[in-house]
Amino acid sequence: MATSTQPTPGQKAQAKASTPAAAPDGRRGFFAKVLAVVIGSIVAVFPFAAGLAVFFDPLRKKASDSKEIMVTSLDAVPADGTPRQFPVIADRNDAWNYFPKQPIGAVFLRRVGTDKVEALNVICPHAGCFVGFSEQRKEYLCPCHTSAFAIDGEFVSGPSPRGLDTLTCEVREIEGRQQVWVTFKDFYCGIADKKAKA
Amino acid sequence: MKALVAWLEDRTGMASLMHAALYEHVPGGARWRYVWGSTLVFAFFVQLVTGTFLWMCYSPSGDSAWESVYYIQYHLQGGWLLRGLHHYMAQAMVVLLALHLMQVVIDGAYRAPREVNFWLGLILMQIVLGLSLTGYLLPWDEKGYWATRVATNLMGVVPLVGEQLQQLVVGGSEYGSYTLTRFFALHAGVLPALLVGFLVVHVALFRRHGLTVKQPLRGPDATFWPDQILKDSVACLAILIVVLLLIVRPMLSGQHGVSEVVSAAHPGDYLGADLGAPADPASQYSAARPEWYFLFLFQFLKLFSGYGERGELMGAIVIPGAVMLLLFLMPLVGRWKLGHRFNIGLIFCLLLGVVLLTGQAFWDDNLARESFAGWVHKPEAAEGAELTDKEKVAVARYDASESFLKAVEESEVTAARARELAGQGIPPQGAISLVRGDAKIQGPKLFAAHCASCHSYEDPRAGEIHSGKASAPNLFGFASRTWIAGLLDPKEIVSARYFGETKHKEGDMVGFVTGEDFAKVSAADKEKIVMALSAQAHLPSQEDADAADAAQIVAGTELIKAKVGCIDCHRFAGEGELGTAPELSGYGSREWLTGMIANPNHERFYGEKNDRMPAFAPREKPAENGLNRRDIELLADWLRGEWYEPDAAPSE
Repeated sequence: MATSTQPTPGQKAQAKASTPAAAPDGRRGFFAKVLAVVIGSIVAVFPFAAGLAVFFDPLRKKASDSKEIMVTSLDAVPADGTPRQFPVIADRNDAWNYFPKQPIGAVFLRRVGTDKVEALNVICPHAGCFVGFSEQRKEYLCPCHTSAFAIDGEFVSGPSPRGLDTLTCEVREIEGRQQVWVTFKDFYCGIADKKAKA
Repeated sequence: MKALVAWLEDRTGMASLMHAALYEHVPGGARWRYVWGSTLVFAFFVQLVTGTFLWMCYSPSGDSAWESVYYIQYHLQGGWLLRGLHHYMAQAMVVLLALHLMQVVIDGAYRAPREVNFWLGLILMQIVLGLSLTGYLLPWDEKGYWATRVATNLMGVVPLVGEQLQQLVVGGSEYGSYTLTRFFALHAGVLPALLVGFLVVHVALFRRHGLTVKQPLRGPDATFWPDQILKDSVACLAILIVVLLLIVRPMLSGQHGVSEVVSAAHPGDYLGADLGAPADPASQYSAARPEWYFLFLFQFLKLFSGYGERGELMGAIVIPGAVMLLLFLMPLVGRWKLGHRFNIGLIFCLLLGVVLLTGQAFWDDNLARESFAGWVHKPEAAEGAELTDKEKVAVARYDASESFLKAVEESEVTAARARELAGQGIPPQGAISLVRGDAKIQGPKLFAAHCASCHSYEDPRAGEIHSGKASAPNLFGFASRTWIAGLLDPKEIVSARYFGETKHKEGDMVGFVTGEDFAKVSAADKEKIVMALSAQAHLPSQEDADAADAAQIVAGTELIKAKVGCIDCHRFAGEGELGTAPELSGYGSREWLTGMIANPNHERFYGEKNDRMPAFAPREKPAENGLNRRDIELLADWLRGEWYEPDAAPSE
């Protein structure tokens, strides 16, 4: 943007009227240069600093709140040990908004015995797609990259780095009704370790 | 390294470009008076950077704009600083613009060969003002919403296309999400892009023409780097410091102590740009004013009030347009020696006009109330006396100032409350739904509008609400122990605070309380009765007291039921009949109060003995009633002191 072209008549006149550019005196010139760079950098960097503070806000450690959530009644989980998918309903905070009783995820529940239930997060640990259960193959299949998991969530085949994520699950009797309570969490995908999201 | 630099230079010419940029010729050496252009570029740079980061957090929609700005200001780390920088640098930019323009005109820098660059500068000024105008709306708070509405409403006076122009800008005939998306696209996309484009040409032309040198020269010629750059940087630093001081002003002015702010969980609670209450299209904000640098236009327009549409057109469009035209003509007028003087005179006249109008606007709003207070009280004393014209004007100006200051005060209270309410999380309908459903905010308004013509509400701590002479009981602390104790006091019950101004003054209740039988009841028993009756209300403020005095409340309940004779007229705990006096079961509870307000003529309440209290919702159809269900509930909640209060400890 600062392309000097032909001097204009005005410029020529000025050039004549003034003495030729003198090289700044050594030490003073150096001092001015350092100061110019330092102050110039401060004013240039400051707005970025304020912006980056806001930009990095999501990295602030927030207390992970794994919630115990009543997912369904025991009756709703098939007695023959077939897994069934249930939505997990909980209050959700989304930035400034608060949504009471929203689906925040889903789990597969499967009976292992008359009053014991196991819970699996439906999210495939490879890339985060929701897996489905195939009655035919008695396996969970991921629609995205064809990872397959055994009925208990163990890894069978495909690119997934680990088996489906198990969740703590309890059957509680409340007011004469047997309810299934799950400690719901999401986990980071793509890694062999099962690491809960904050 | 050298090879790399040489290669880059060969392929891009970067080094020579840098050289050309840094070694611009500065005849006579660096001077402070040359810094203004650079400071403007700096201010724009800050706006560009902070604006981009704000963009990452902002949501332009009717039910999320205020909410996202609230989140930036009060929840995101450093959000208050980022927003404060953007807000105050915008104001600094307008000031710098005015300085730059004045310097150019005074120095005659618009003369050949720089005419085109002067025009470019004026276009840049328009763009900056456009950015200010569009940015003011984006927080969607009361102030921005109503002030911008006034500005766009004025577009309607443009001949022929006014209506269409307005609809295009607003995105329809009503303000809403579509207004925000349009304003935001202008503010963050179109206008900055235009500004960058024009700025590049402006600076390129400036480099082509060179500095307009101020004679006499003070020293040998120099180059832009390093001396002028150092001066420019220092000037930018000074501006940044001023902006930072504005951001932390509440701390400096002693409004909040330094230690209070530093130890706060979030400094945004105290520092940075103001965020008003969320805009409510259904409730007029009487203190709608543009940003301070547009106040002169607002005031100027007032001069044309009373001339109708034509006056508006003159004040809002024709005259400002003519002034702009004069500015654009400056380079042509300035060819003559006299013309240049005319230009200088014009710019000073304009400056003087702007200063005077701004001062007048400020005075009218903020100081007129105090100045005219004497005028207003005088005619009031001589009631019925004809006001002189001078007095009429004084009263009108007092009223205008009064309504402005009151609106500002109310808005601050609402804004603080909205922030409190938003702390629990905002429902998807937006923060305005929290404000509208809040008894603490809406209660006093509803009471003033519907109840205060008869009832007073004299809160010894927080002032009074009543209009004219109270003719019905004071409802402050209704159903509380203090209130009921007063009702059962023979002297109090006949005073204006209770039944003194109603037909109940001659009624059975007054007869009973002032009668001999009740006088024989011991003070201790009376206290128990008060406790028991008040406990029926389940007032939040008495929760602890009710729990602590459970035994006395049981005893009091027995007294009411069996001994004292209350159930001769009142129904209470399954005893007594309805129809003769208000039911005492649940007296003052939410359910009782909403029923009472809805229909005092019902046999559960005053029945046929009701004095003058209207039934506010006797009918099923909401449209046929004086108040809707929700408003009645808000009133009941407010009278009962039942509303959300945040925990003392911050949630985060």
